[in-house]
Amino acid sequence: MATVEVTFTPLPAHVRTARLVASAVARRSGITEALLDEVRLAVGEACSRAVESHRLNCPGEPVRVALGTQGDRFEIEVLNAGSVSATRLAGDPRREPAVVPTGFSLAVIAGLADDVQISETSAGTSVKMSWPLSGSVAAGSPA
Amino acid sequence: MDLKLLHHNKDGIEIVDVEGEIDVYTAPRLRELLIELVNDGHYQLVVNMEKVEFLDSTGLGVLVGGLKRVRAHDGSLDLVCTQERILKIFRITGLTKVFGIHDTVDEAIATRKSEK
Repeated sequence: MATVEVTFTPLPAHVRTARLVASAVARRSGITEALLDEVRLAVGEACSRAVESHRLNCPGEPVRVALGTQGDRFEIEVLNAGSVSATRLAGDPRREPAVVPTGFSLAVIAGLADDVQISETSAGTSVKMSWPLSGSVAAGSPA
Repeated sequence: MDLKLLHHNKDGIEIVDVEGEIDVYTAPRLRELLIELVNDGHYQLVVNMEKVEFLDSTGLGVLVGGLKRVRAHDGSLDLVCTQERILKIFRITGLTKVFGIHDTVDEAIATRKSEK
């Protein structure tokens, strides 16, 4: 599925890079301008969760993001090792533990993406999001 | 773009001007500023988000945390925002019912003064 894959060290600074890449690939794949902000925000949320999980569970392992088209849809999959829900907020001073409930970012993703699938395995968590393509620009055609 | 934070007092209300992106990387700086302002005794805050280009749930958490802190002192934290792309995340999360969201700083100040 993926036409572009990004792996990055689990640092908050790199989440912005992932957002920029996602925006660029989404635009090239034919996502309408109206949906670009949603793609950017959703991938940022998923990557923030992944960074958080990696920093708590496996700071040496990179976060992986796969982006591409599947049929008439644009898909993004963010893979992280470990379970965010099991470790979330534990001792992390960057967060507001009393005011941001567990799963808040997932609720935001669910509100943004047209379709969301979250699967947890012993290896980690996969957040797969997709949006319909406008059909006006074929994937891989010149921009 | 990085995050720029400036603040000044207007009519007894501390105005925080935010410019750039509020995300998992930059939000801690806003959080630190809000904590610093509350610790300095500023309990009436207006966060001007007109120049914010991006806001995620980490940023929302910081704003809610700031609101919680000022409310502990019977204070307030209002927002100024007219950008649809930013307002959307407040709507998705239902936080439009939690924050006073205004079109201008002057409107936020006037509303706050009238409720005193």
